[in-house]
Amino acid sequence: MIDSKIPTGQLEHKWTDYKGHCKLVNPANKRKLEVIVVGTGLAGASAAASLGELGYQVKAFCFQDSPRRAHSIAAQGGINAAKNYQNDGDSVFRLFYDTIKGGDYRAREANVHRLAEVSANIIDQCVAQGVPFAREYGGLLNNRSFGGTQVKRTFYAAGQTGQQLLIGAYQALERQVALGKVEMYTRHEMLDVVVIDGKAQGIISRNLITGQLERHFGHAVLLCTGGYGNVFYLSTNAMGSNVTAAWKAHKKGAHFGNPCFTQIHPTCIPVSGDHQSKLTLMSESLRNDGRIWVPALQNDKRAPNDIPEEERDYFLERRYPAFGNLVPRDVASRAAKERCDAGYGVGTTGQAVYLDFKHNLIHKYGKAEANKLAIANPDTDTLIKLGKEVVKEEYGNLFDMYEKITGENPYEVPMRIYPAVHYTMGGLWVDYELMTSVKGLYALGEANFSDHGANRLGASALMQGLADGYFVIPYTIGNYLADEIATKPIPTTHPAFTEAEQKVSERINRLLSIKGKQTVESFHKRLGKIMWDKCGMARGEKGLKEAIVEIGQLKAEFWSDVLIPGGSDEMNLELDKAGRVADFIELGELMCQDALDRKESCGGHFREESQTEEGEAKRNDEHYSYVAVWEYMEESKWQLHKEALHFEVAKPTQRSYK
Amino acid sequence: MKWSALFNSSVGRKWTMGLTGIFLILFLIVHVGLNACIWAMDGGVMFNKAAHFMGANVVPRLLELGLFAGFLLHIIQGWSLELTNRAARKKGYAVSMGNKGSKWYSRSMGILGTLLFLFLVMHLAHFWVPSRITGLKPVLIDGKEFHNLYGEMLSVFQGNLIVVVLYTIGCISLAWHLMHGFQSAFRTLGVSNPRYLRIIESAGVVFSIVISMVFALMPISMYAGWIK
Amino acid sequence: MQHYIMNLTLKVWRQRNASDAGHFETYPVEGISSEMSFLEMIDVLNEKLLKEGKEPIAFDHDCREGICGMCSMYINGRPHGPWHNNTTCQLHMRAYQDGDTIVIEPWRANSFPVIKDLMVDRGAFDRIIQAGGFISVNTGSAVDANAIPVEKEKADYAFAAAACIGCGACVAACKNSSAMLFVAAKVSHLALLPQGHPEKKKRALSMVAQMDKEGFGACTNTGACEAVCPKGISIENIARLNREYMMAGLAENE
Repeated sequence: MIDSKIPTGQLEHKWTDYKGHCKLVNPANKRKLEVIVVGTGLAGASAAASLGELGYQVKAFCFQDSPRRAHSIAAQGGINAAKNYQNDGDSVFRLFYDTIKGGDYRAREANVHRLAEVSANIIDQCVAQGVPFAREYGGLLNNRSFGGTQVKRTFYAAGQTGQQLLIGAYQALERQVALGKVEMYTRHEMLDVVVIDGKAQGIISRNLITGQLERHFGHAVLLCTGGYGNVFYLSTNAMGSNVTAAWKAHKKGAHFGNPCFTQIHPTCIPVSGDHQSKLTLMSESLRNDGRIWVPALQNDKRAPNDIPEEERDYFLERRYPAFGNLVPRDVASRAAKERCDAGYGVGTTGQAVYLDFKHNLIHKYGKAEANKLAIANPDTDTLIKLGKEVVKEEYGNLFDMYEKITGENPYEVPMRIYPAVHYTMGGLWVDYELMTSVKGLYALGEANFSDHGANRLGASALMQGLADGYFVIPYTIGNYLADEIATKPIPTTHPAFTEAEQKVSERINRLLSIKGKQTVESFHKRLGKIMWDKCGMARGEKGLKEAIVEIGQLKAEFWSDVLIPGGSDEMNLELDKAGRVADFIELGELMCQDALDRKESCGGHFREESQTEEGEAKRNDEHYSYVAVWEYMEESKWQLHKEALHFEVAKPTQRSYK
Repeated sequence: MKWSALFNSSVGRKWTMGLTGIFLILFLIVHVGLNACIWAMDGGVMFNKAAHFMGANVVPRLLELGLFAGFLLHIIQGWSLELTNRAARKKGYAVSMGNKGSKWYSRSMGILGTLLFLFLVMHLAHFWVPSRITGLKPVLIDGKEFHNLYGEMLSVFQGNLIVVVLYTIGCISLAWHLMHGFQSAFRTLGVSNPRYLRIIESAGVVFSIVISMVFALMPISMYAGWIK
Repeated sequence: MQHYIMNLTLKVWRQRNASDAGHFETYPVEGISSEMSFLEMIDVLNEKLLKEGKEPIAFDHDCREGICGMCSMYINGRPHGPWHNNTTCQLHMRAYQDGDTIVIEPWRANSFPVIKDLMVDRGAFDRIIQAGGFISVNTGSAVDANAIPVEKEKADYAFAAAACIGCGACVAACKNSSAMLFVAAKVSHLALLPQGHPEKKKRALSMVAQMDKEGFGACTNTGACEAVCPKGISIENIARLNREYMMAGLAENE
C-alpha cells in the first residue's frame, strides 16, 4: 500500500542513478504541460522559477500581496551545505548523518542523503543569483555553526538569511513571470484540489480581493504551502501561515505523515500577556555566542547582572558538556522547560531563561579584536566595546528586534527566552519523488513530511525548501509528466471542477450562515491552548485523550457559534481566517491521534511515559521505527498506515549529546 | 535607448536639473566675482570695466546665450518635474509628514525656484535690459567711453528700500535653494561615495550662505551708503 | 521597564473598496497595555468591532517580526509610526501615552491604489522587479560559490541594499511618491556584486523605465525615504542608481 519508491542500489548512488534513468519530457512537449504551484516561499518560488526555466507553463499562487512575503523570509540564522570550505571535516556523509541523527532516526535515509548531496549546489545557485552571503576579508564565503553539529557548515547573511534566499528565488520567479513562463496570482487562496480519475488536475482558488472562486487546470499541482505551526495559535509562524491547502489535499486523498512532529524552538521571546498574537524567534545562531542559564536558586528575583557567576546554572553546559549550548533544538527546549517547571525560571512569568552574551562579548570577540588592534591588557569596558562591534555585525538585526519588542538592551542585559512552536516536521506524506498519495499532486518544503524526521536541525529548513524546488522537483516531475504529454488540458467546465467549486462555495456559505457570537480569533486561541497544554512540549496519554474530546467540542461550538460578518463576494478577512481555523481544528484532532498512537519519545515528540531516568527522550525502535501515514476516511476518522524505516547506513543509536 | 527616452525619463530629467544646476552655480561664482568689484572703492571704475568686458567680448556673449539656455532648461524642467511629482499623489494625507525626515527647504525647491524666477525677471529688467537693449548712460574712464552700469546700480538701490528688500528676499531664497540644490545636484549626477558626499554637503552649506550673503550685501551697501 | 495601561482615540481611514470615496472613523480603545504591539492593539479594536456587529479594519500584515514587508500604515504623519528603522508590526504601544490620539491612514500614492481600508496594492513593485531586478541564471548552471571572490566591503554594501523588504514606506513618505529608494536598493544590490555585472546596464534602464511607467514621481533627494526606511537603506543607493542609469543610457549604441 505505501510505496515510497526509493530507488534500489547503494545509498550514495541512488539519486545519481535516479537522475540517469528517470523519464524526460522534450522541450516541445514541456510547453504544452501546465503546472500549478501553490505557495511562493523558498520551495514554491524556486520550483516555479525552475519549472518555468525548463519550459513548463506555470501558474503560481500566493495569498499574500506579493510572492516575496512568504514566511521563508523570516528565517534568520542560515542554510547548511556540505561544502567543507572550513576544512573541518565536513562531507556529504556527515551532513546526511547529522540530519538523520538530529531527526532522531525517524527520516528516510535516501531522502536525507539526496538532500545532503544537493546542498552544495544550492549555495552555488544562490551566490550566482546574487544572494549576499557573509564573506571573509579575502572575499570568500564565511560559515557559522548551528545546533546538533560539530562542524561549521552554515552559510548566512547576518540574521536575515531566509530573506536573502527568498528574495533570490523571488527574483528568479519574477524573471519567469516577465518571460511569460509563469503566471502569478497574488492574493489568491487555494481552497481545493480537483482530482479526476485519481490524478490531480487543477485547483479551486478564491480571489481574496473580489471573493470570486476560480478554477485552474494543471497537469500537476505542487503544494509548497509551508507548515502548520499556527495550529498552536502562538508560534513563530506568520499570521497568515495555515494548513488549508495541505488539509484540502489530505481530504482529497493525500495522506498525512507524522502530523504530531512539531518543533519547539528553544530561543524565542517569551509571551508577555493575553494580547500576544505571535511569537518572535531569536535565531539559533545566537547560541553560538550566547550562554543559556538560570539562577542556581529557586525563585531568585535578583536582576540578572546582580547574580554572581557562581550562583548561575548553565544547565545546558552542565548536562551536555560535549555540545553545550549547541545541543539540538528539542533537547534545549526540554531542558529549559524542565528548569522553569522546577521553579528556576526568570522574568515576571517565571517562564523564561537567560541567553547571555556578556561572556563571549568579552572573552571571545573582545579579546580577539584587542589582539588584532594590539591593545595590551585591555580593561573589561574596552573588551565589551570591541566585542559589541563584532556581535553587531553578526546579529545586529536580532538584537534590535529584541530591543524593539521588550524594550531591553540585550548588549547590556541578558535576553529572556523561552521555547515556542516553530516548525512542523510532519506534513503531507510524499514518496521519493515528492509525490503525495494522489498522482500528480506534489508537496515540497515544510508542507511535506520528509527529511527532518522527528526533529529538524537548525539551518536545514532553508536547505530542504530550496533542494526540493531547485534540484529535486525539476527531475521527478518529468518522470510523471512524461506520461501526461498526450493529456490535453481539461476544460474547467468539466464536472469535477464544477463539483469541487460547488463544495467550496457551500462551505463558505455555511460558515457565513452561522452568524454566531464568538469571533474566529477566540476559537483559534482556545484551540491553541488545548494543543499547547496537551500536545505541546510534553505529551501524555491522558492529556491527549482529553484534548481529542475538547477539540471535538470546540469544533461543534465553532460550527454553531462562529461570528463572521460580511459576504462571500467581497474581500472578507474574517471569512478567510474562519476557513483556516476550521481546518486547524480538524488537523489538531489528527495531531493528537498521531501523538497518542506513538507511544515513544523521539525528537520533538516527547511522550511523558517514555523517558530515561535522566529525563531524556527514549525512543522505541522496535515498535515505532515507521512513518505514521494517516489516510482520511471521513470526519474525525483516519486510517493509519505505516511506512517502515530502514537504516542501512546510519544505524540508530540512543541519541546522545553529552 | 533613444536620446529622447533617456532625457524624458525621471532620472534623465533630474540629470538635466543637476547639470544645469551646477552650470548655474558656476555662473553665480563668476557673477559674484565681477560684482564684488563694486567694493574696489574707486567710484565703479573697475566694475564698469569688468561689465564692459562681459558685454563687449564675443566669448562672454556666447556664454551668455548658454546661460539663458541653462536658465530656461532649469526653470522649465523644474516646473514640469514639480507638476509630475505633485500629480503622483492625487489623494494626500490628512496628517502631513512635515519635517519628520526631510528639511522644509528640500521639499520647497519649486516654491523657492519660483521666487527666484520672479527675482530674476526683476533683476533682468533692472540691469540686463538697460545694458543690452535700451542702453545706459556712458561714463568716461581714462578717456574711453563705458556704459555706466555702476551708476545704474546706485540709482536702482540708493533710496529705494523696497527694491533692496526684494533683492534681499531673492538672496535668501537663493540661499535656501542652494542649500538643498548644491548637494542634490551632485547626488543626481551620481556621487554616491559617502566620503565625498560629506565634503560636498559641507561645501554646499558654506557656498549657499557665503554667495547669497555677498550678493545681498551689494544692494545693502549701496542703500546704506557704504559705497558711493 | 515600567508597564502601563492606556486609553486611546484612534482615527482610522475606512474605505470599502477601491471605488469607494472613503472617510475617517473615530474609535475609542481602552485598556491597552504598553507591552502590546501596535497591531495587537488594532486586533483588540477589531475584536471589539466584531462584537458590536461592525466590520473590522482591513490592514496588511503577516510575519509580525519586521521582515516580510507586508504591514504598512501611515501613523500620525509618518509611515510605520514614530520609531526609527522600524516596521508597524514592530512598533510597540510603549511609544504612546494614555489619552493620545492616533491617526492612521493608508499609504498614499497613485501607484499604490487603496484596496480596502488601510490595504494598498503594491503590485507595481513586483512589476519593477520583473523589468530587471534579477540575475539571469538558470537553475543548475552556477559555478562553485567560491569561484569568484567578492570584496567584503562590496558584499556588505550589497547586503545592506538587499535588506529592502519592499514595504513601500519610501514611496509613502516621499513628497513626490517616488520609488527611487526601492529601485536603487535593488540596482545597487545587484550592481555591486560581480555576478550582477553582465546585466547591470539593461537592469538600470529597464527598472527605471518601469518605475516611470507605474506613475511614481522623480527623486528630489529630500531624504524622507531614508528617514522612514525600516531597514535603514541609504539614499547613497539613489545616487548610485543615477550614475548606473545615466552611464548605461549614455553608453547605448543605438
